[in-house]
Amino acid sequence: MVNGTHFLNRRELLGVLVLAALILVVLPLTLDGFRLNLVGKYLTYAFVALGLVLCWGNAGILSLGQGIFFGLGGYCMAMYLKLQASTPEATKIQSTPGIPDFMDWNQITALPWFWEPFNNLAFTLLAIILVPSLFAFIIGAAMFKRRVGGVYFAIITQAIAAILTILIVGQQGYTGGINGITDLRTLQGWDIRTDAAKTILYFVCALLLIGALLLAQLVRRSKLGRLLVAMRDKEDRVRFSGYDVANFKIFVFCFAAALAAVGGAMFTLQVGFMSPSFVGIVPSIEMVIFAAVGGRLSLFGAIYGTLLVNFAKTSLSESFPELWLLGLGGLFIAVVMAFPNGLAGLYASYVEPAFLNLIAAVKTRIARVASPIPDGARGAPAE
Amino acid sequence: MIAPNTDFLLAVSGLTVSFDGFKAVDDLSFYVDENEIRVIIGPNGAGKTTVLDLICGRTKATAGTIQFKGRELTELKEHQIVQSGVGRKFQNPSIYDDLTVFENLEISFPRGRSVWGALAFKRDAEVTDRVQAVAETIFLRDLLGERAEFLSHGQKQWLEIGMLLIQDPELLMLDEPVAGMSVPERRKTAELLNTIIQGRSVIVIEHDMKFVEDIAHKVTVLHQGKVLAEGSMDTVKADPRVVEVYLGH
Repeated sequence: MVNGTHFLNRRELLGVLVLAALILVVLPLTLDGFRLNLVGKYLTYAFVALGLVLCWGNAGILSLGQGIFFGLGGYCMAMYLKLQASTPEATKIQSTPGIPDFMDWNQITALPWFWEPFNNLAFTLLAIILVPSLFAFIIGAAMFKRRVGGVYFAIITQAIAAILTILIVGQQGYTGGINGITDLRTLQGWDIRTDAAKTILYFVCALLLIGALLLAQLVRRSKLGRLLVAMRDKEDRVRFSGYDVANFKIFVFCFAAALAAVGGAMFTLQVGFMSPSFVGIVPSIEMVIFAAVGGRLSLFGAIYGTLLVNFAKTSLSESFPELWLLGLGGLFIAVVMAFPNGLAGLYASYVEPAFLNLIAAVKTRIARVASPIPDGARGAPAE
Repeated sequence: MIAPNTDFLLAVSGLTVSFDGFKAVDDLSFYVDENEIRVIIGPNGAGKTTVLDLICGRTKATAGTIQFKGRELTELKEHQIVQSGVGRKFQNPSIYDDLTVFENLEISFPRGRSVWGALAFKRDAEVTDRVQAVAETIFLRDLLGERAEFLSHGQKQWLEIGMLLIQDPELLMLDEPVAGMSVPERRKTAELLNTIIQGRSVIVIEHDMKFVEDIAHKVTVLHQGKVLAEGSMDTVKADPRVVEVYLGH
């Protein structure tokens, strides 16, 4: 009843175990390498969806620019991997050996200063988290301290996503332009293109996702999590209870950004490139749709929603490439209009009660069969 | 600049706010003592709620000063004003529908108000005891696990009063605490207010004159953003100007 502070209740623990069994055991055993790599790619989007559950579902802050942070995380990883692939030996046919190939094509003759630190893996791993978080902090501080919210915030995040895409495309010599950063080969000398490496990276990604889920759950279960819900409902009441509301919004926005960035970095590792097509408006909105379909109030829902929409996308866009985007838009409208809590909401209101009834019925049946004593003497099992 | 007035808990002087040239509050001055219950009455549009908004920082003053325990409130942000000891109840019950009664009260508990503090906040015995004690006072002891949206209107009002109580403010501001309540609920609320005003100052806006007579130490009558009359209930009631603009209707 009132003691809701346990980190995971029994049902949620079961949910984590089922999810872990699915992505760590069932999928790797049943899918071939190619398909498993695809699932790994989908799971990287699930990081973004998890962040959106906290940011949008719990705190009511709709960001249509999560691609920014997914992309920044991915680009940080890609810069490191690209430098690894650009040794003087590997690039000796270039006019300036030792720099990434696209720089050479754009008449750049020395490695730009902001690329230098990405020679270092430890720096890169830190940057994957810190660069997007810092960027989110700047956006968040600028918006939330001025009490910009709601639709205005959503539009501004979308505009920033568009600006960043244009910037990346325009600065071809520094960013690889529209093609992105491609031809990534090794991580500290370990070839990431082999099937074995892809399988390992899939497991790393799946484990990180479960870690991210638990971390997000930890935040939701803290008082901060309840404050986010309270702010969504009555922002003024929270403010006049002695809280600086803007700081809490900045925190959750940065948290969601950091999760998205980890997803982006895992994307680069598993797919082997990063390009502006994962930064802009369309991917950002797609990520919101994943969370909406799964259920914006449920961490599990967000992950399953991401997987399902992406499976559908892969199979349908192969057969009907033009119709897919329309279908996706229709799906989004349908979810928002008809099931605002997504699949998780449908599960909670229909599937779970039916399931519990079934269990209760089976239990009574077993109790009846096991003991000849009539029901009344023992009482039916609880639940 | 006037030297900080430390004789009063709250000293409002020369307070003015204008919205596009319309002066909702016009050169208003009043003083509230420690442990005083001040009721502000006046016709609609007199600027009563605006005065509370100004004190708690929701509206920025155009001119004037608000000294609370010698601190200038007009320079502070809303949450800083709350942290310095001012609590505010809104006119419509302002509670968190999606949270339980317990969680509503717990959020108002004055600890862990920073981001990291809220992350590290532990629901220990101190918090639980205080929440239960307050819930007892506001007649919601048996509803702690209930989602707040399922409470009745009167219970929601009590819950918000409880949320303020748990903050333990030195100055409590209540905007029409009995509006929309049934007669038995009003009686219970008057009783409740009489217990919670112990050891703090209270500013109440209210239209229910019976209720005002029951609780007020001193009454301030506002009219068109200015003080029309001030004093004990009997003095104010006898003032012909007050009768004309407010009580006569």
